[in-house]
Amino acid sequence: MKTARKAALHVNQNEGLIFEKSSAGKAAWKLPPLDVPEVDTAELLGSNERRDLGVMPEVSEIEIIRHFTRLSTWNYAIDLGMYPLGSCTMKYNPRVNEAVARVEGIANAHPYQPEKISQGALRIIKTLSECLIEITGMDAITLQPAAGAHGEMTGLLMVRAYHQSKGNARKKILIPDSAHGTNPATAAMVNYAVENLKSDSRGMVDIASLAAQMNEDVAALMLTNPNTLGVFEQDIHKIAEILHAKGGLLYMDGANMNALVGKARPGDFGVDVMHLNLHKTFSTPHGGGGPGSGPVAIKKGLEPFLPAPVVITKSDGTLGFEYDRPHSVGRVRAFYGNFGMFVRALAYIQANGPDGLRQTTEDAVLNANYIRKGLEGTYDLPYSTPTMHEVVFSDKLQLKKGVRTMDIAKRLIDYGFHPYTTAFPLIVPGALMIEPTESESKEEMDLFVEAMKAIAEEVEENPQTVLDAPVSTRVSRLDETAAARKPVLRWKPA
Amino acid sequence: MSYPTDRKYTKEHEWIQINGTTATVGITDYAQQSLGDIVFVEVPKVGAELAAGKTFGTVESVKAVSDLYAPASGTVTEVNGDLAISPEKVNKDPHGSWMLKLTLKNPGELDGLLSPADYEKFVNEEAGH
Amino acid sequence: MRYLPKSPADREAMLKAIGATTVDDLFAPIPAEYRLKRDLKIPRQMAESEIVDFFRQRSRENGEGYTSFLGAGAYSHYRPVIIDSLISRGEFLTAYTPYQAEISQGTLQSIFEFQTMICELTGMEVANASMYDGSTAAAEAVMMAVRLTGRRSVVVARSLHPEYREVLATYATHQGMPLSVVGFSDTGRVNLKELEKSVTADTACVLVQSPNFFGTIEDVDAVAEIAHRNGAMLVVSIAEAVSLGIVEPPRQADIIAMEAQSFGVPMGFGGPYCGVIATREKFVRQMPGRLVGQTTDKQGRRGFVLTLATREQHIRREKATSNICTNQALVALMVNIFMTVYGKVGLKELAKQNLAKAAYAASHFAKHGKLLFAAPRFNEFVVQTSEDPGAINKRLLGHKIVGGLPLKKFYPELGNASLWCCTELTTRSAIDTAVGLIAESERSERSAKEEDAEEVAR
Repeated sequence: MKTARKAALHVNQNEGLIFEKSSAGKAAWKLPPLDVPEVDTAELLGSNERRDLGVMPEVSEIEIIRHFTRLSTWNYAIDLGMYPLGSCTMKYNPRVNEAVARVEGIANAHPYQPEKISQGALRIIKTLSECLIEITGMDAITLQPAAGAHGEMTGLLMVRAYHQSKGNARKKILIPDSAHGTNPATAAMVNYAVENLKSDSRGMVDIASLAAQMNEDVAALMLTNPNTLGVFEQDIHKIAEILHAKGGLLYMDGANMNALVGKARPGDFGVDVMHLNLHKTFSTPHGGGGPGSGPVAIKKGLEPFLPAPVVITKSDGTLGFEYDRPHSVGRVRAFYGNFGMFVRALAYIQANGPDGLRQTTEDAVLNANYIRKGLEGTYDLPYSTPTMHEVVFSDKLQLKKGVRTMDIAKRLIDYGFHPYTTAFPLIVPGALMIEPTESESKEEMDLFVEAMKAIAEEVEENPQTVLDAPVSTRVSRLDETAAARKPVLRWKPA
Repeated sequence: MSYPTDRKYTKEHEWIQINGTTATVGITDYAQQSLGDIVFVEVPKVGAELAAGKTFGTVESVKAVSDLYAPASGTVTEVNGDLAISPEKVNKDPHGSWMLKLTLKNPGELDGLLSPADYEKFVNEEAGH
Repeated sequence: MRYLPKSPADREAMLKAIGATTVDDLFAPIPAEYRLKRDLKIPRQMAESEIVDFFRQRSRENGEGYTSFLGAGAYSHYRPVIIDSLISRGEFLTAYTPYQAEISQGTLQSIFEFQTMICELTGMEVANASMYDGSTAAAEAVMMAVRLTGRRSVVVARSLHPEYREVLATYATHQGMPLSVVGFSDTGRVNLKELEKSVTADTACVLVQSPNFFGTIEDVDAVAEIAHRNGAMLVVSIAEAVSLGIVEPPRQADIIAMEAQSFGVPMGFGGPYCGVIATREKFVRQMPGRLVGQTTDKQGRRGFVLTLATREQHIRREKATSNICTNQALVALMVNIFMTVYGKVGLKELAKQNLAKAAYAASHFAKHGKLLFAAPRFNEFVVQTSEDPGAINKRLLGHKIVGGLPLKKFYPELGNASLWCCTELTTRSAIDTAVGLIAESERSERSAKEEDAEEVAR
């Protein structure tokens, strides 16, 4: 293979399962002596007393440090390099976010502590809410949902409550065939039927189909804008008109807000309800799969239906929670939401200010277009429509040699990068979905384009190299079939 | 691939083998090839009522799930417990691995199904796309 | 802006390569009427020191340095420092969901260990890689039971955390799942006679919490017997994970929906926390959430992958077991490290200390107020006072102590009752101070009553 300029092989440590290191008598803990009398647990608990903690491990502190440190070195991460994953917005996770989240009064606050000593937390919630409302161009917001999908559910619950209050809950949600899987899954959870909406040859919503399918049974259209192809729905005002004319609502999946912040506002182009992903657009860390946070912003017509409680300013000027919300859809989780992520998202907004946010969005779109230009011709571009912060290619040209998007993705690993999103969106067979985000330097992106071109050459000259990839990792092409046929989901002693 | 002549086929790639008023159902070679390695087969319990053309279960590969459509209406009399342990048998021998047996409610429905030759033609057209 | 790694020269070069004149050319797809021509009205860009100052100030306004007796679903336990040392490593903090197994083995192996330890602690056979929190885990566990049994009604204990019940009601509303609530007896446990009457042939599951909202340990055997005899499943919610060190887990449960926040997750004003669902192997295909499985690669090397993905939204779409995508991975890693640090012996000792502190506090409160609910409890208890707990708490606040949670809002029939929690971090002196204030309050209430009685007599 051409020498990868981004990465090289390096000795890394092996490490077994923690249970394989465990042995009786080792300990990593020590509790202070009890300052109250000891208790007789058998007497207090009777038959409820636990007899055995089974194979819970017994190891020392250094073994734990080495265990997890070694494991961590087997991971790719944003801190190591670009993730070109489409619609994931893998941007830099600022460290000041982590520092401020750990300040004592914030980190150790109990959610039920009296309002009098919660003014700090309430101010954080209020300030973030106001910033997000301004950024989205909406009227009100809830921060309660724990993630994007949770936000979608909350948003659709409010849509349903709204229609119910008008006398007809309606029956279905229209969802474009390019949508993320959470969209139809969520619609089903809220007991709406899902009806698919076709995309046109430009990769946008087919307006004629929408007009034909829109009627008084349709509660809402769930739209991602820009969509999963990175294309901005230019007819968005027509889309909103068609929906509103028949009393329907426009729901926007905010996963792709990284193309809009500071440049355009969904509330201005007809969106009635939308969710945000703080772990995408607002830099809170992915942490290996979560936590996230999925606030839902709405127009004032939906305000009565917000989950309770809502933050209000009381007559004495202090902040508090209002629980008396008779039309609320209820709670979607205990307490107030992933507060730790509010802190991080607010710190990100503060670090940027209006000019920083705008420049961030400009860089995100510039980067994606730069990569698009770099790879045009090497990979098939199914839609010639201008794209914003992400771009979708296909494996059509490489398929002739029997190589698919998944194989190219695996080979990219040998070049030192994390793969792009494969096989999504569904409307592009063999998709390669790429979103660099603003966090990538010209150098990193040049290395990426170089790697992708090198792989395309390998496909022509020696496709087996790509089909065998990755070859530089500790494990390669794990047997997912066996894992699904005979699942082994925990360790057991021999 | 030539398809066994002792049975009929559906456009959703199921086969049905008739024996008087009872029938045996499975999926075709084309189906198992499209799915890839099968990891799980979900079938109804004995006694369940099937309606022709409606879904009665699913077959899963690692990355996809496909609905199974009943070729004919009837009551399930037997289910192949082997597939719960070895779903890969459907890949290895799709025409020999049966999924369920049923008593037919309306044998007339079978007239609408595809003959082995027609099914083969249908599959070749599909593959051509 | 300091997070952006491009110089003006870089941008120039890139625009040239693309064939655009200015970056605004790239925003032409947005209709002109929607393109913002003004700055967003948000606070100006701040220096890092200003950001830190802002949050330090908020922290001072947020009860910094106070001692708390609050529990009720969020628990104050000591967090070993190596948790943050390890999870702050960029390879954990800034890693993506482990869909590309070859470069995510660190995340995947640690989840596999997490799943194993949750099984050991709960007595279940499989556990997932986390749900959002205990409340949504309970709601999803109930929906799982509905799918598995094909029945629709749900029986819920009133001694389940009130906010968990609210969440369940929200989820249930649109799934056509009628909920019926069963009260508690004066032992603090679910009223078995009421339960017997509520469970029918249409009941998909019975949902109880143990230790319950009052800190009382339920008679899970009895509840399980009633549920199972009627063909219903038993779902048990656990909000105080530390209890699992000394309290026998509900092994008769079909599904356990847990909140693991107590295991090394900061209380953080309510989130992010760490829900988990654990169940029996035969139900695994109906379980929501990510699952990590062990397998081998083409060279026979052991490795880990996300598995049984066909349950999930990205494949099943509208037929998925849930819409969950993002989970609580980093928080689950904190939980994992906590469980590893304390381990087999430490978790038991930690739980014992909690038991001891609460027992000491309860016995002293009982001398002055009324200690409710006689059944065995873990680290929380309910005390009824003559004076309104709100007023007592106000005075405690003057000592920088946050008193127990007044229960009138959730259980009006309990009058002046409040819920107190003691953990290994609660000091004897804090307990003694609180007890002293309650004693004082009771004395003055009693003498006020005596004076009133004398007045009336006169």
